[in-house]
Amino acid sequence: MTDASLQAPTLLLQPDAARAGRLRSFRLKDNVFRHLTRASAVTVLGILGGVILALVIGAWLALSTFGIDFFTTESWNPVTEKFGALAPIYGTLATSLIAMLIAVPVGLGIAIFLTELCPPVLRRPVGVAIELLAGIPSIIYGIWGLFVFAPFLQATLQPFLIGTFGSVPVLSTIFAGPPYGIGILTAGLILAIMVLPFVTSVSRDVFETVPAVLKEAAYGIGCTRWEVIRRIVIPYTRVGLVGGVMLGLGRALGETMAVTFVIGNAHRISGSILAPGTTISASIANEFTEAVGDLYTSSLIALGLILFIITFIVLAIARLMLLRLERQQGS
Amino acid sequence: MKLNRIFGAVAATMLMAAPALALDISGAGATFPYPVYAKWAEAYKKETGVGLNYQSIGSGGGIKQIQAKTVTFGATDAPLKGDQLDKAGLVQFPMVMGGIVPVVNVEGVGPGDLTLDGPTLAKIFLGQITSWDDPTIKKLNPDAKLPSSAIAIVHRSDGSGTTFNFTNYLSKVSPDWKDKVGSATAVEWPAGLGGKGNEGVANYVAQTKGAIGYVEYAYAKQNKLAHAKMINKDGKAVEPVTKSFQAAAANADWMSQPGFGVILTDEPGADSWPITAATFILIHKQPQDPAAASEALKFFAWAYKSGAPMAEALDYIPMPEKVVADVQSVWAKEIKGADGRALYSATN
Repeated sequence: MTDASLQAPTLLLQPDAARAGRLRSFRLKDNVFRHLTRASAVTVLGILGGVILALVIGAWLALSTFGIDFFTTESWNPVTEKFGALAPIYGTLATSLIAMLIAVPVGLGIAIFLTELCPPVLRRPVGVAIELLAGIPSIIYGIWGLFVFAPFLQATLQPFLIGTFGSVPVLSTIFAGPPYGIGILTAGLILAIMVLPFVTSVSRDVFETVPAVLKEAAYGIGCTRWEVIRRIVIPYTRVGLVGGVMLGLGRALGETMAVTFVIGNAHRISGSILAPGTTISASIANEFTEAVGDLYTSSLIALGLILFIITFIVLAIARLMLLRLERQQGS
Repeated sequence: MKLNRIFGAVAATMLMAAPALALDISGAGATFPYPVYAKWAEAYKKETGVGLNYQSIGSGGGIKQIQAKTVTFGATDAPLKGDQLDKAGLVQFPMVMGGIVPVVNVEGVGPGDLTLDGPTLAKIFLGQITSWDDPTIKKLNPDAKLPSSAIAIVHRSDGSGTTFNFTNYLSKVSPDWKDKVGSATAVEWPAGLGGKGNEGVANYVAQTKGAIGYVEYAYAKQNKLAHAKMINKDGKAVEPVTKSFQAAAANADWMSQPGFGVILTDEPGADSWPITAATFILIHKQPQDPAAASEALKFFAWAYKSGAPMAEALDYIPMPEKVVADVQSVWAKEIKGADGRALYSATN
């Protein structure tokens, strides 16, 4: 009896110890994994913070020299070292706005067609073609824009716009000639093509998440296709759609090479969208290599900081919009 | 443990690679001479086994890198001034030259049909002359048929040595330009559109009716653009050809500026092309790595001696022999190793 009672625990202990060891190793691995993932997240924050810090330090000379004037003046003169960022800021916003005005409706249209209306045979090829657009390097868009698209616009769309709106009060300023082929409008159009795959593939993916039950129920009570898309699909996927649009906008704001080729690179603000302009990233790409002098370099870095801030504001607005939408939905 | 082993391996490879790297000459700077430097490097490597690692990051970058001593030599299109050279302890010398050519796209005007002078060119780029049949242009071209189309100005959008030399010329011939715009690798252009690189400008000019721009000679030739003849300081109309670029170089007073820093625009001489440009090399007087600097000087000496045909094939202009002799005597005099001995002697 005593023998047995003495033996039993030791017998039980053996497998118990093994189990505990196993468990300990699991816990260890869990911990390692948790720390690894946390480290990854912290790294991103660290890099982000580092970039902001580097930009602020680099831009400090320009910002302290020019103060608020840096944001409100148009002059960009490397000879007298007077720099103002208004023209690139305007160009960045104007080209991105044109791009979004075109890419969002077209992208949504394509996504709706692919998910709701398209014959299944066509679905894959069209979808793949759109995604391939995203894989084209931006320099190729730039070269294509410069050698093919700009001459085409110069010969067709731009004379048409100038001719058609030449006598309409406000529009005649917006579409004032001469048709160079390159300029703000061309850059906006190229950006629209580049942004299109982002908007399209994100919206298509979120459209596919709409439960069939919801759509079938709507059809069941006699909704038309338009009503289903308008009242079921789009409201259901609103958050994802805004995300896709923001992703596209982010690319449009920061795109460099393609824009540099077709925007005309003039540090001027012109009422006409056919006139040459410049964007923040195009200015940096153009001028950084040969920027001699601390103030010049610092001003270019300050431009980078401004782009960072613009992107941040855009993201913040998107978040706010989503919050408000959700609140409306709740009430 | 594993990590340590990896670090060990990496360190070992780096140590092994180091002697091989030391043989290569490293340089950074101007983009304008990059094609010819690359060509020379290739031929030199075949001949001697010594490679050249040249990063064409732009003149500004080249100056910064040589000041930071991360490269053996820097390259710049805009020469540094005497006090800048002294402050950084650098020697500067010209390596190769090129010509900058105004190109136009005007109906009925072929290569060399149009003649311009400096003040007129400045007025066009200031936006003061806006159409091709302006009396100022007509006066210079009494026989040409010039349309009444608007002038579209095309300039470089990126900072470049080409712009530096072009605006330097306009500043010399037009006080108005000097006041309003000035001269630098990038300026605040009063009018027009900016193309990226020579190819960007060449393409805009080719596409836009009524356009005028300025490109390096090679681009005008390759793109078959209509160049304009220029009236030089002596009042003679000259064609942009190798001979007229060389004439400008030969007529320049190279020793007048510290570090051979003359800018070859608006040079005297009946045959001189008025917008000729040299590109410069910067090297430390007392290099940190005398062996590398000595290799670099050997390479430059070789390029002066045997590189001319390669340069000409790429439409660059080799330096005149007299200038080369002056440059090499400066090397022998000023560039010294830690022991105070010259790193270059004319005999090797």
